[in-house]
Amino acid sequence: MGQIKLNQVSKSFGTVEVIPPLDLTIENGEFVVFVGPSGCGKSTLLRLIAGLEDVTSGHVMIDGVDATSIPPAKRGLAMVFQSYALYPHMSVRKNIAFPLRMAGLDKAEQDRRVRQAAEVLNLTDYLDRRPGQLSGGQRQRVAIGRAIVREPKAFLFDEPLSNLDAALRVGMRLEISELHKRLKTTMIYVTHDQVEAMTMADKIVVLQAGVIEQVGSPLELYQRPRNTFVAGFIGSPKMNLIGGAEAEKHGAATIGIRPEHIDINEKDGLWQGTVGVSEHLGSDTFFHIQCGVSPEPITVRATGEKAFEYGAKVHLTPRPEHLHRFDAKGLRIA
Amino acid sequence: MATQHSRSAARLMMAPAVTLLLGWMLIPLSMTLFFSFRKYLPMRPDIAQEWVGFDNYVRFVTSSSFWPSIQATLIIVGGVLAITVVLGIALALLLSQEMWGRGIVRVLVIAPFFVMPTVTALLWKNMFMDPVNGFFAHILKAVGLTPIEFLSQHTLLSLIVIVAWQWLPFATLILLTATQSLDAEQLEAAEMDGAPWVSRFLWIMLPHLARAITVVILIQTIFLLGIFAEILVTTQGAFGSRTLTYLIYQRVLESQNVGLGSAGGVYAIILANIVAIFLMRIVGKNLDT
Repeated sequence: MGQIKLNQVSKSFGTVEVIPPLDLTIENGEFVVFVGPSGCGKSTLLRLIAGLEDVTSGHVMIDGVDATSIPPAKRGLAMVFQSYALYPHMSVRKNIAFPLRMAGLDKAEQDRRVRQAAEVLNLTDYLDRRPGQLSGGQRQRVAIGRAIVREPKAFLFDEPLSNLDAALRVGMRLEISELHKRLKTTMIYVTHDQVEAMTMADKIVVLQAGVIEQVGSPLELYQRPRNTFVAGFIGSPKMNLIGGAEAEKHGAATIGIRPEHIDINEKDGLWQGTVGVSEHLGSDTFFHIQCGVSPEPITVRATGEKAFEYGAKVHLTPRPEHLHRFDAKGLRIA
Repeated sequence: MATQHSRSAARLMMAPAVTLLLGWMLIPLSMTLFFSFRKYLPMRPDIAQEWVGFDNYVRFVTSSSFWPSIQATLIIVGGVLAITVVLGIALALLLSQEMWGRGIVRVLVIAPFFVMPTVTALLWKNMFMDPVNGFFAHILKAVGLTPIEFLSQHTLLSLIVIVAWQWLPFATLILLTATQSLDAEQLEAAEMDGAPWVSRFLWIMLPHLARAITVVILIQTIFLLGIFAEILVTTQGAFGSRTLTYLIYQRVLESQNVGLGSAGGVYAIILANIVAIFLMRIVGKNLDT
């Protein structure tokens, strides 16, 4: 079991309200990602769930029990920290066994569980090393190992991959997803990286300034962003947001079109523009095109073979069925 | 600074400082060694200066005050170390907490370190421990008890308290900086792992502080082996408070036996070096990890 429910939870530091009252339900076994720009309160929200911060008002329910005043150790949750927070003077074995030793389990049982966790995480050869002798990815796995031996109701991850290099990050992303599929335990994962959110989540919670902007599956968020913030935040490269006269033609304050939903050619089209920088990724090419319709250059995604000279004149045609319309408040017009 | 030219220039410029330091150390050392092998009593012109071999060394060790002085030295050093390390850790943990007026409290805690040893000893002797006018005497009298003559009845304990008061700020300061370098996430992780405060202290904080504690012990031992002013001002070596340093002082300046005192000085050098090597090894081991 591992259902977590937030009822009107809010958090203030002094007079600054970082999280206005919010409601959120995380179902048992779900992989939920909190995503948002830095300083949006996503880590604070995680720490409220963990119990490392006290809520200012509202209730945190875990499996239907009010856990608001239960200390972190007794909530049955395990957390993986951004800095891994391994104990530097203990071997990997002792690090992983630490929560078990604190729980007063006997030696044999500790050993059994540590060995099991080490096997799952490919750490068997490193059990007698100190954290200082491990690479970033291995340390990350030890931190996860320390979390899984407790067999918690839910895992909390606080930006666990942000200290790893790009290649390792992709690998660890897969490993964590794999782990979730195998353990089927609730996981809450905080990140500022929308790629991590899109690739791993069952459910994404987009936060801005402590307010939940939208909750939904990755594709829901991608296809039907509720407002301009989510539209701009989810997806890479970003959605093109165009205001002014062009938007008014569609009866909206802002229109949005994703880079892959714009056709580009030299002969004719709806909008005319000049090619700026082109980014060739091999599989795709991104063109940044200066266009009359918006002051910002418009990003267009084309196949890898497409190429235009810098300064070439091109025509763009957005596909009308993929056009997103937003009103003056930035909310989606259905 | 890699060229031949710049390297020799650097050597040339460092030479005066190195020469001065070497001279500063070597001249007194060789003079001490020289006198330790000679019979030399400057106030007794009737006794001739002459070479006596290891006579002074044998006489220093076989004197009835030698072992008691070693014992007193070890008790004082050990006692002060115990008090400063334990209270230093406690104070460091307290002072690293967020609280109102923390800046002022920190300055107050560090203040005793800036008081000169002679003044410290006088303060304690006259203000606190004096059996007639001292603060403690007044308190005891107020509750109807007989004042304690601290410096004559509990001599070593009193000296330990005085010296510990003086060195506590140093220990606190070093341990405080070490406490602050502890990653807060480690403590939070331990808290999530179900470790109550005592376990977090034992398993996370104390190992983290181990290196700082060794540094405190090392530096303090080297200085504490040589405490002198506190004894001269309070008891002048009476009531079993004669440490090795004080014994050497008495041999040289009270008995005017320079040769015997120098031999004692050489013993002190050897003792200090043994302690230093021993402690350096511990620190070296701790610094490896």
